[in-house]
Amino acid sequence: MRFISVFAVPFMIGGIIVFGLIKRVKVYDCFLEGAKDGLCSAINILPPLVGLMVAISMLRASGIIELISRILAPLLKVLFLPAEVLPLAILRPVSGSGSMAIITDIFKNCGPDSFAGRVASVMAGSTETTFYTLAVYFGAVNIKNTRHTLKSALLGDLTGIIMSIVVCRLLF
Amino acid sequence: MINYIWAGMIVLSLLSGLFSGNIETITKGAIDGCTEGVSLCVSLLGIMCFWTGISKIAEKSGLIEGFARLIRPITKILFPRLKEGSEALSAIVMNMVANFFGMGNAATPLGIKAMKELDKINGRKDASNEMCTFAVINTASIQLIPSTIISLRQTFGSEDPGAIIVPIWIASVVAVTVAVISTKIFEKRKRL
Repeated sequence: MRFISVFAVPFMIGGIIVFGLIKRVKVYDCFLEGAKDGLCSAINILPPLVGLMVAISMLRASGIIELISRILAPLLKVLFLPAEVLPLAILRPVSGSGSMAIITDIFKNCGPDSFAGRVASVMAGSTETTFYTLAVYFGAVNIKNTRHTLKSALLGDLTGIIMSIVVCRLLF
Repeated sequence: MINYIWAGMIVLSLLSGLFSGNIETITKGAIDGCTEGVSLCVSLLGIMCFWTGISKIAEKSGLIEGFARLIRPITKILFPRLKEGSEALSAIVMNMVANFFGMGNAATPLGIKAMKELDKINGRKDASNEMCTFAVINTASIQLIPSTIISLRQTFGSEDPGAIIVPIWIASVVAVTVAVISTKIFEKRKRL
């Protein structure tokens, strides 16, 4: 596993660039063109990130998160869910930038290599902003009756949340 | 919904600040939050540019299309009623591959195109089985390199930022499998 985690990124970068060269793509020009898109999307997430970091920062300063965590502590212990990760599990299907703000908060307070930090990383990486995706996709074709879609999607999110705890406990 | 959540978080913190008397810390928290939001965005800027740049090369060189052909057997199982070579199926496949390579910018328009194509052959007012399955796959995340999380871990001084790659693969494959199987079970039920 350590091997994969060390080599996945460099292998992918190298592979794509070499393949591009073989296919006679102007790799650098192409890279710049794509990077510009990245710049735009990074700037687009600045406003929501500021808005949500403010809200989370206020909530943390108020001490409410600690209070809720303390009330739910016995339940969380049974589920092996670190208290810091609970807000992420709740907010993940609703807001992408919101979950990013929570992860930053967890990394800052517990460290990215703590159990909470790892569970948060895996949880965020294995789930998506379900409500946003469904709104965009079904909104595009103007369909209101989505039948079992939401049920299945949330079941997937729940599985992702449970699996991120299970996998982190088994592998780390 | 996010409107209520956001407002609720702020009002809740202000109320609790008024009761406990630490309203000053909360004001300070709000201002700190602004700075943090900007520095988080700046720390992600480079890596986002980098990966969208790299994935553009993958797109232009035809690598994405190659992978699309590779996953045909999987899409055949997921969408048995769609014809080979149909517009809908090819948009679905391209969307899945784009997601796999972390190209959110390219994946969403392709996904919308796929939904529109599926809508053309649906002929009903409610969602077709294919639409449900496809949307559910998109609400799960299957990504080769979760680059945002890796770079965030790196920013905060992780000793092994990539250590979460394999755990993420395992967790997301299980999650999407459960979700897709559940759509196959739910869709057998009679439509109203």
